[in-house]
Amino acid sequence: MTINQLIDMGGYGAYIWTTYAITLLVFGINLFTSIHEKRRVKKMIQQYWAQPSKLT
Amino acid sequence: MFSSLFTIMRHEILMTMRQAFSWLTPLLFFVIVVCLFPLALGPDTDLLNKVAPAIIWVAALLAILMSIGNIFRSDAEEGYLDLLLLSPVPLTLLVLCKVFSHWMTNCLPLILISPLLGLLLHLNAHEEYALIITLLLGTPVLSLLGAIGAALIVGIRGHGLLLPILIMPLYIPVLIFGTGTMMAANANLPINGYFAIMGALILLSLASAPLLTGLALRIGVNQ
Amino acid sequence: MLHWFNQKFLSPKTFYTTSSSLLPWFIAAFVLCFGYGLIAGLFFAPADYQQGDGFRIIYVHVPSAFAAMAIYSVMAVSAVLTLVFRIKIAAICMSCSAQIGAWFTFLALVTGSIWGKPMWGTWWIWDARLTSVLILLFLYLGFIALQSVITDQQNRDRAGAIVAIVGVINLPIIHYSVIWWNTLHQGPTISQFATPSIAPSMLYPLLAMIAAFLFFYAVILILCMQNQILLREIKSQWTKEVLCYDY
Repeated sequence: MTINQLIDMGGYGAYIWTTYAITLLVFGINLFTSIHEKRRVKKMIQQYWAQPSKLT
Repeated sequence: MFSSLFTIMRHEILMTMRQAFSWLTPLLFFVIVVCLFPLALGPDTDLLNKVAPAIIWVAALLAILMSIGNIFRSDAEEGYLDLLLLSPVPLTLLVLCKVFSHWMTNCLPLILISPLLGLLLHLNAHEEYALIITLLLGTPVLSLLGAIGAALIVGIRGHGLLLPILIMPLYIPVLIFGTGTMMAANANLPINGYFAIMGALILLSLASAPLLTGLALRIGVNQ
Repeated sequence: MLHWFNQKFLSPKTFYTTSSSLLPWFIAAFVLCFGYGLIAGLFFAPADYQQGDGFRIIYVHVPSAFAAMAIYSVMAVSAVLTLVFRIKIAAICMSCSAQIGAWFTFLALVTGSIWGKPMWGTWWIWDARLTSVLILLFLYLGFIALQSVITDQQNRDRAGAIVAIVGVINLPIIHYSVIWWNTLHQGPTISQFATPSIAPSMLYPLLAMIAAFLFFYAVILILCMQNQILLREIKSQWTKEVLCYDY
């Protein structure tokens, strides 16, 4: 299959690639928010245990 | 035990009747929403006849949704709910009483005025009959299911439109069968089977909803 | 004894450590299945007789719809465990599953709609299956909305559990009433959603993609549950050691 054939996908290219793009976008959003949240929680824990009352 | 249940029902109904606002506003809302549709659709008789089931049912649904959210609210605020939870009477029965009182004061006026609204939307006698019976069979289910939602949000301040969002998916079967019955009546098909299905829905809700409402109340009262 | 079982196997700390060791495996499985499914589905599966290349959307549409339903079942089971046995992990699983499930349901609706336009000429049609998936989305969103507004943690878990259970009890009723409603209002166009038997070269990428979506769900679920566990258990000593981990 040539690249042009690939992108065209028998005339349905726009639909197919849009759906796959949206899927990857949804995957990406979920991954990104989970990892971002993880970093935020780690920071919170660090700050919690760095409090003077907890250092003992 | 039955005397205490009777007292609760009498108390609820008296409270609602004394304040015209409580039972009048859902009724007026129902009437006004039904009247909005001919204004939006135009006066074509056939069109109104065709969409009348949908209009009346959706308007009734919305009117009930507006009133059911508050059945436990004043009790929770006054601390009366805590007492109810501590009473020896089973919570399921207490919930059933409250829902029945709500149905009598809020839904029964809707059912009584629905023939008049049917006239406005050009329903014939057979369709009016179907309308009254379906509302009679459907509104208890709406009250029962709405009570679950009301119990879930009882302690939450500023819940906004959360109750409709929670309860609407549950209302969809009732809506489908209610309007289906009326459309069958429109087409002069036999409708007793539909009544049976709606009866089944009532029985199912009666069996499950008070239990779940009681459960939700116990959770909600801690907030 | 149930308490002992709960403490030993289902404690947040045990779950955290076990899931941390399982996570790389799930990620690897996801990458493998997704890679194979994507490449085989897009390039190597032959074009469909009726739909031409357009059928390739099936490789994201069917897995997302399947995953959305599967996730709701997981949510329902967790809800029962939360309400009846008061297992904390189950409550966390329920809350996290809802968010991913809502995303997948949304994805199923969007990909299905885009598939529908070239195939059946319309962006949307009120047939039984699409309407049921739409209502499933509302159930997910209602659950998320309720959980976001309750402040107390324990009440949030239990109230959410009730909503999930009520939803799962009603789901068959809603589904069958929607099917009935659809047959009642059958228009002149016959719905062409009946799938003929599918060739193996088309089937294997589909199965791989379904597995990939479920592995992705597992990965995101583990990450989300770990975050929730850390937030809830922040006062416990073992959270200090977590800071040593890399990711």
